[in-house]
Amino acid sequence: MTVQKNQLKTFPKGGVHPAENKLSAGSPIKILPLPDRVIIPVVQHLGAPAEPVVQKGDTVVAGQLLAKSKGFVSANIHSSVSGKIFRIEARFDASGYKRLSFVINRHEDEWDPAIDRSDTLHEKITVSREEIIRKIQEAGIVGMGGATFPTHIKLNVPKGKKADILIINGVECEPFLTADHRLMLEKSKELMVGIHLLMKALEVDKAVIGIEQNKPDAIALLNGLAEKSPGITVQALKVKYPQGGEKQLIKAITGREVPSGALPVDVGAVVHNVGTTLAAYEAVQKNKPLMERIVTVTGKSLQDPSNFLVRIGTPVAEVIEAAGGLPDDTGKVVLGGPMMGKAVSKLDIPVTKGTSGILIIPDSEAHRMPVQPCIRCAKCVSVCPMGLEPYLLMLLGQHQLWDKARQERALDCIECGSCSFVCPADRPLLDYIRLDKMRIGALIRKEKKAVS
Amino acid sequence: MSNTVLYTVISLSALGAISAVILYFIAQKFKVTEDPRIDEVEDVLPHANCGGCGYPGCRQFAEACVKADSLEGLFCPVGGNEVMAQVAEILHLETVEEEPRVAVIRCQGSFEHRPRTSHYEGVSTCAVEHALYTGDTDCPWGCLGLGDCVEACNFEALYMDEKTGLPVVIDENCTACGACVEACPRDIIELRKRNKKDRKIFVSCINEDKGGVARKYCSVACIGCSKCFQVCPFDAITMRNNLAFIDSDACRLCRKCVPVCPTHSILEINFPAPKVKKELVTTAAANSSGKAGGQTDAAAGKNASSGDSTEPQNKND
Repeated sequence: MTVQKNQLKTFPKGGVHPAENKLSAGSPIKILPLPDRVIIPVVQHLGAPAEPVVQKGDTVVAGQLLAKSKGFVSANIHSSVSGKIFRIEARFDASGYKRLSFVINRHEDEWDPAIDRSDTLHEKITVSREEIIRKIQEAGIVGMGGATFPTHIKLNVPKGKKADILIINGVECEPFLTADHRLMLEKSKELMVGIHLLMKALEVDKAVIGIEQNKPDAIALLNGLAEKSPGITVQALKVKYPQGGEKQLIKAITGREVPSGALPVDVGAVVHNVGTTLAAYEAVQKNKPLMERIVTVTGKSLQDPSNFLVRIGTPVAEVIEAAGGLPDDTGKVVLGGPMMGKAVSKLDIPVTKGTSGILIIPDSEAHRMPVQPCIRCAKCVSVCPMGLEPYLLMLLGQHQLWDKARQERALDCIECGSCSFVCPADRPLLDYIRLDKMRIGALIRKEKKAVS
Repeated sequence: MSNTVLYTVISLSALGAISAVILYFIAQKFKVTEDPRIDEVEDVLPHANCGGCGYPGCRQFAEACVKADSLEGLFCPVGGNEVMAQVAEILHLETVEEEPRVAVIRCQGSFEHRPRTSHYEGVSTCAVEHALYTGDTDCPWGCLGLGDCVEACNFEALYMDEKTGLPVVIDENCTACGACVEACPRDIIELRKRNKKDRKIFVSCINEDKGGVARKYCSVACIGCSKCFQVCPFDAITMRNNLAFIDSDACRLCRKCVPVCPTHSILEINFPAPKVKKELVTTAAANSSGKAGGQTDAAAGKNASSGDSTEPQNKND
């Protein structure tokens, strides 16, 4: 399908064009050999840690509940393999610190009998709206684009607010990553059912799948399927980072702007990632909890950049091994994409619900440039998709003026890294803005405590 | 020509006189009556504006002192008891004496003791590194070594030791203003009671992990074995979360805990170096305690003479 230029939409403010480097786009999803031992942290989502419901020494099957969500913003954690719980102890994970995790020694591959492991497509939706949300909550599904916000909370539209459009995020604007692209190509039918499920849960009759123009095969395929499904359309988007940001995507597709401090549902839109949508399909139609995900393993120096279906808790090292092993000249291993991902210092950390990619950067490209003085070119201001002034927020962070940074709306920052990417003086803008956000968060918590 | 000069002088003088009268009345009308004692108090304060007292600067602290009915809770750590006595005299209030304090670094994880497991290249501040990961060692508690505390210190009382990668406190300069305590993202720095001759005994570790885990990433970590807790005759040591803590107010500097620590995580600083021969140690320590006559030295002497200091290792470096 050829997409005409004038059909393309994008967000108006800021954005950058990093080299796409989608090395693994042509590599079909492979199933990673099962690991002998998995490490499953109790926090793989935004919010409170889940509370363990099994004990050391217990035998579990794949899909069994390990830890129950605790508090409003939290998610269930399930076992991804069958075997014996070797330990429940603090282990390093992608956060860079040790967090409570289940260490499970795998034995065979026995699944919870309630899970439908067949490939049959269940298109007919028989369950009610409440049932869909309940099943998604029980399956422990979180936003799989990387933010890992529990999905059931986004589906429960607060009283007095009304969603009128569901946006499915198939943008995948991060360079290198192709997990969502492959998913759209290989699981398109399941994806469509998933969209119908989410539409029913949200009580909306309109859904738009946003896909960047650099994935013409996915656009064509889903367009064909969407023509047969009333209410669903595919919107091709111009290639621009960070189009996959929730607020940017809403603006690009509907033209609505989410006000500072408000939620997308305040403008009637709810955004879900394609990975989340597929997980919702599997949870509702096949009773399968979130226990595996698609991970892109990529990098210029890597022998075999590919996409794997990986069980949650698999050590990162094993995934890299399956893609040809860690090259000798590796300088950095990043979980996520090059723009928003986080470098890790260990490879025995597990793949979690939010791990969309593993990026290997050779030593020659891994180092930071020396920081030079700001030349006031204002490039960071012009590329900021949220309309902030990154140079100012960095300065305020350096001078520890958190109150002022709060007035300058540091909390609106989506941490896309466009400012740091474009800065000709290689200034660590985002590092300081993150610090701003953290300290402001601490201030807000202090204020709340003082009030209560 | 001369007329022009004359008129100019007259008109300007008149203008000046009228302005003076107006300004006088305005000054009277908008006069702010300020307690003159605020200036007096401010004059005796150290003018460091460090914020160690909890107020933004010396002026605000002076205002608070003048307003207060008693000096309870108001203390200038930089000026110390001396300055507070002067403040009390100006305000005719009772002085509230506080023990002088000094900052100590509760981490010994030097390059030698704590192997580096990764290379950090990000922004060179501890606050940012702390938010990212455990740091270039695996210890999630220990010093990150990027010197946020040195940056925060107004009194040049801290510097980074290049050899160990750890900050060092210069006791003479430290005013215990607490700026470094605030700056450290890992709460490693503590303000402890300042003893005679700046002698210090403290557990130089804040690791709350279990012993085995702690030892894996640092050879001088407190492993929570509670040997020091058992040996302390003054109940100054408490054990919490696999970590020993010596209360500086209760500690009498007897040093019994120092040799029993299997990981050498209890530091003794500014004590006289022990002599090589054991018998000589006994007499020398007893003599020195007799000379100094201080309570702390007596306790140290007692310790030595009872033959407890079997380990002549000096960890003052």
